[in-house]
Amino acid sequence: MDRMTLLSPTGHLGFTPIESGSFRAGAARRPDAYVADSGSCDIGPYPLGADEQHSPVEWQRYDLDLMLTAAREQEVPMIIGSASDTGSNRGVDLFVRLIEDIARSRRLGPFRLAAVYAEVSRDAVLQRMRHQPLVGLGGRPALTPEIVERTDHIVAMMGTEPIIRALDAGADVVICGRSCDDAIFAALPLRAGFSRALSFHLGKVLECASLCAEPFMAKETVLGTITRDAVEFEPMHAGQRCTPASVISHSMYEREDPYTHAVPGGALDLQACLYEALDERRTRVAGARWIPAPAYAVKLEGAGRVGSRAFAFAALRDPHAIRLIDQMERWARAKVEERHGPSGPGGYELFFRVFGRDGVLGAREPHPEVTGHEVALMIEAVAPTDDEAAAIAALAQRNFFFARFPGLRGTAGTAALPVDEVLLGRPAFSWTINHLLPLDDPCELFPMRLLDVGAAVR
Amino acid sequence: MPRLFDLAGTIRSKNAGVDHVTFDIIFVDRAAYDRVNTSGVLTRETVARLFGVSGDDVTHFVHVEAAPAVKFTLRRPRPSGDPGETDVFGSQQYPPLFDIEVP
Repeated sequence: MDRMTLLSPTGHLGFTPIESGSFRAGAARRPDAYVADSGSCDIGPYPLGADEQHSPVEWQRYDLDLMLTAAREQEVPMIIGSASDTGSNRGVDLFVRLIEDIARSRRLGPFRLAAVYAEVSRDAVLQRMRHQPLVGLGGRPALTPEIVERTDHIVAMMGTEPIIRALDAGADVVICGRSCDDAIFAALPLRAGFSRALSFHLGKVLECASLCAEPFMAKETVLGTITRDAVEFEPMHAGQRCTPASVISHSMYEREDPYTHAVPGGALDLQACLYEALDERRTRVAGARWIPAPAYAVKLEGAGRVGSRAFAFAALRDPHAIRLIDQMERWARAKVEERHGPSGPGGYELFFRVFGRDGVLGAREPHPEVTGHEVALMIEAVAPTDDEAAAIAALAQRNFFFARFPGLRGTAGTAALPVDEVLLGRPAFSWTINHLLPLDDPCELFPMRLLDVGAAVR
Repeated sequence: MPRLFDLAGTIRSKNAGVDHVTFDIIFVDRAAYDRVNTSGVLTRETVARLFGVSGDDVTHFVHVEAAPAVKFTLRRPRPSGDPGETDVFGSQQYPPLFDIEVP
């Protein structure tokens, strides 16, 4: 095989539905496989911590239906990474059920489905920590048993090896738990004998689908082709182009470093890449290099519940109040402390976001002054129980309403309450684990289940 | 005096994992890129000062000649989506860069 073409329809399957026009244009080109990632840590710690999907199941089903129907009609593989936003066992099992259900209703089959799991128990992590320390990513300190204990769900990010094992077992459709998004694209070309560097580079560019093209459009299909010495990209939406600039720009996207991307087993080095426009809409890139890691390791992600969470809102229009907003905040905090004691770990936390001043950047706002005539306050309380969180948010809000300050003219309330109620949010979670776990065998944490789907239909 | 806003076609910020926000400034052409780099107004030190963080919190500051672009990455004060967090995707951290004046 000298060329292999993969179809990438979305950067996050299910997040918003795939645009079907460019998908069908891509399918008509008869790619060698359909590949999509379905998860991200961008959506915050709640979905993994609470083990819930972030996207409506109906949208996930819609995207899977488009891909499965095309892949089975053309009898080519389909690979899905990080099933159902989190890549937890729940996500893999949900997608397996959806695939079985779609196959039944579309009368697809028979085909072999592999489910590759990526969830890791707290006990398994604690046991491994006894033998070797787990190094933190992004400057985090090494993992401690105390952090593991306050984590609700942990997933490991698989590399290409468990996916290749599934393909070797005859899988036509592979549903993966948490996986490196580059790896779900790299698995097929690697298995076909293409270079490791180019296979991962193909994945790096394709993992967000149309975000590697210009102008900006999401959820549009892109084709990526690997050859013996380069990778090539072509958008399937008639209004988009893959230019050297758009492909380079995407190589930097959401990565700490523009040139070096760590993946399971090594790093992709893009420093020496050469970009060439094949025509107006297609770009070819050569020169990616592979740097093997001294030891094989996968990333562990974990999220743990911090507490119940409640929100309240207040708005200020009185210029004296706006000028004295910090003083009002101190007053409200003091009133909360009178009843609930000081805030801190194990107790409650209280946050005031002042929109119109520094609500978006917080302490990093270079101009934390109010220039408009009104500001909005979002009050967030996190506490051990729903009742406490709601009471603290309400007390903070009402003491903005009853704040005391010099120059006050309006003596019937110092804040406008757009709604005089407290909104109970979902519980607050935190990313507790972002650490590296060394493995002797790249497949050891990722058990596989094989199912023959649709066999009875024919 | 032109601002960075005038010389760059793309100025964006986005999460890079759960503990970092990364910033990409992609210039309209090489002349704009060279002008900014020669001026010294966009360096590891100037961005640390702009966002009020220590130099250690700027984990990467890289010139991407092929783009041409400047990319830097800041450590987050708390992981994305933590209680009290303001920007779960890190997508609106870039606007202060607009007003950097380039001699």
